[in-house]
Parts: sequence; C-alpha cells; structure tokens
Amino acid sequence: MELVAIFISAVLIQNFVLYYFLGICPFLGVSKKIDSAFSMGLAVTFVMSITAVVSWLINNLILIPYGLDYLQIVSFILVIASLVQLVEMFIRKISPPLYQALGIYLPLITTNCAIMGLALIAALNEYSFVETVVFGFGSGIGFTLAIILMAGIREQLDLADVPEPLKGAGIALIVAGIMALAFNGFIGMLT
Amino acid sequence: MTDVLIPVITMTALGFLFSVGLVFAYKKLKVEEDPKIEKVSEMLPQANCGACGFSGCRAFAEAVVKGSAEPNGCPVGGEEVAQNVADILGVHAGEIIKRVARVHCRGTHSAAINRGFYLGISTCYASHLVGGNKQCSFGCLGFGDCVRACLFDAMHMGEEGLPIVRGEKCTACGKCVDACPRNILELHPLTQNILVYCRSEDRGPLARKGCKNSCIACGICVRACPEAIVLEKNLAIITDYKKIDPEKIPEIEKCPTDAIGRLRKDDDG
Repeated sequence: MELVAIFISAVLIQNFVLYYFLGICPFLGVSKKIDSAFSMGLAVTFVMSITAVVSWLINNLILIPYGLDYLQIVSFILVIASLVQLVEMFIRKISPPLYQALGIYLPLITTNCAIMGLALIAALNEYSFVETVVFGFGSGIGFTLAIILMAGIREQLDLADVPEPLKGAGIALIVAGIMALAFNGFIGMLT
Repeated sequence: MTDVLIPVITMTALGFLFSVGLVFAYKKLKVEEDPKIEKVSEMLPQANCGACGFSGCRAFAEAVVKGSAEPNGCPVGGEEVAQNVADILGVHAGEIIKRVARVHCRGTHSAAINRGFYLGISTCYASHLVGGNKQCSFGCLGFGDCVRACLFDAMHMGEEGLPIVRGEKCTACGKCVDACPRNILELHPLTQNILVYCRSEDRGPLARKGCKNSCIACGICVRACPEAIVLEKNLAIITDYKKIDPEKIPEIEKCPTDAIGRLRKDDDG
C-alpha cells in the first residue's frame, strides 16, 4: 500500500514539474509536438529510474556507511552526467531523427534539476530500495504525463487566436500555471 | 589526514568506474557517420531556406553525400558553394545557371486604374481574397508579401508600388514566388533580358481599361518572333528566350503597351 501511495504521489500529487516546479526547461522547450514530448518523457523517465537506483546504491552502500553524506550532491551529479551520456549515445544509435528532434535538450537533462531533485528527495525521505525504484519510475511517468499534456494543449494553441504579446513563452507559462493549479487539486487524495 | 583521503579516493574511484562504463558503452554504441556530411554541411549557407527541396542544409548535405542530390543543388550558394561541395566529394560540379526572380507586372500607380480603396489587413494575401484594389485582377497587389518573404534582402518596394528585385542579391530561393498570391514573380536565368511584364488574361479592351501597361494580345510580338513567342489566354508568353534573335528585339519592343521588352534599369534595382 505504501508503494502505491508513493507511486501515485510521484505521478499526480507531488509531480516534479507541476508541484516542485523542477525541470521546467525541457517542459517548455520540447513541448511543441506530442511526438518529441513523448520521447523526451521516456528519456527523462529512463534517466530518472536508473538515477534513483544507482544513487540509492551509492548513498546507502558507500556514502552513509563511511559518513560521507556531504558528498551526496557531487556524487549524484556524477551519476546523472554519466547516465545522460549513455542515453544520448543510445538514442543517437537507435533513432537519429529523434536525436535531432530532441536537440540540445537531451544533453540538458544533465543539468535538469528534476533529476537531481529526485535523487536528493529520495535520500532525504530515507526511502528503502524498492521505494526508491517506485519513486524514481513514478516521477518519470509524472514528468512524461505533464509534458505530453502540455504538448497536447500547445498543439491546439497553435490554431487558437492568442493575443500578440502572449504568443510563445507567455501563453505557455500561463497554461503551465493553470495545469499546476489543476494538479494541486489531487492533494486531497492522500490524507 | 584520512578525513581528506577517504572522500578523495571515493570520488576518484566512482569517477573511474563510470568513465570505464562510458568507454565500453561508447565502443558498443558508436555511430559511424560519414565525415563528408559534416564538411559539406559547413560549406552550405545555413539559411535552411529549403530552396534545394530538402528540409534544411543538413538534410541537403546528407543527400549530396549519399548521391541523391547534385552538388549544384543549392541555388542560394551558387557556383562557389557548388564548387566547394564538388571538391569535397571529388566530382564535377556541373554548370550552374544563375537565376533571379523577376516581377511580371508593370501596373504602376500611374499605369493601373484602381477600382476602389482597400483598407483591410495590409498583406497581398488578404487583399487578394477580396479581389485587390486594382481593376486588373491579375496584377501586383503591392502590399509586399514577397518583400517580407525574402530572406536575403534582395527585394524592396519601389516608389511606383511594385516590388523591385536586386539581381545581384537574389539567390533564386523561390520564397517570393511562393509568397505571391497572384504568381507575379517567376525565376528566370540572369541572362534572359527579355520578358513579358504582364499576367492579365483579360481580353484586350478590358485589360487595356484596367492598366496602360497590360498585354492586350495584339500579336505584334508574336509576328515579330513566332518561333519563341506565343499567345495563350490573351497573353503573350515567351516559350524559349534563347530562340529570340537579338536583331528582332526592336521589332518585339514595338509593343503598344510596353508589356514585353528588355529589362529597364529600374526593373533591376
């Protein structure tokens, strides 16, 4: 039951983009088309899941036993950077068009605060290994959900008559704000 | 001392572990890419205008290297780029005929009659939807959609209300041709100095009423040079300018409305 709660919380309630406001950069940058938004979501989900696992291992097997908690941030950065490199190579090999579509946002997952936030929040909450896996995967799904919803809305917005000063980033931020409000409504689910 | 050593050793070990992992992954996942693609891509203008028929300069570079496009396929880069690309690939560049966009209308403010005032959105496209403000329904609308479409600063709106193309700046990318709702612009070889400056398919008297410089399909030019000029839908059309004998040009320029003839100075600003 605890695991289900963590999963639902990560996907809907404490959604990384819409609750913590982490990872806004790709959320706004790659949400113009549903296709590339979906791929970006998958890439982030992959990185998040693996990061959660590897950072848990490092944190609990190396850092905490030797009293090196203060190295958390540095070592997590190392994990994230390596994993993003790996994903980048992988996507370039598997699908060059996708590689082109994601463009600069793919290496930017490295500096995506959502990934770092995930590792730190998991460490802060002292999740067990299984809980961390569920939390990491759920957070990725939450990010994917948010970015796909955003892309769907923005595809529709292309056809709408948006006032001139709000075109582009302006209307995107307003939409993101309204979406965050809507997701905040889920808070009542877990009490 | 150990307080310093332990974290340093830990981080070094971790870093080493990950780098070894990445090296192996790189060996497994390396993408073999033809280095020529990068080189050709560097040669191109990077305007990503799409005039070559591909989605961008990068796509064109890939196609050239693969052999599905000719080195001279980039109209914007012209001869120089074609030569550079051909050098990289080690093939012959092929001949490039420099083309430029030409305006096929002489419906200036003084020549064309207005049938009313158009006060709507000031683009040719919008104006065209309601028929424009000129009597002639084939002529230039004069709102400069083509000028705005030009990526290379080769066009401007003349004082007479017609767009003017600067031949030396025009790259024949065709953006203006697409932008014009009335198909006034067309790409021609730079060497072609004789053109029909009218698109009107109205019958003679009607065309004449709308614009002093319209083609009235009198046939003088066709009689002067029947092998290269024909009449089609009340409009003279040059089928092949190379067949026009230079000696016959004065004959052709007897056109009573100036709708056909050599380029004037102010046609190429």
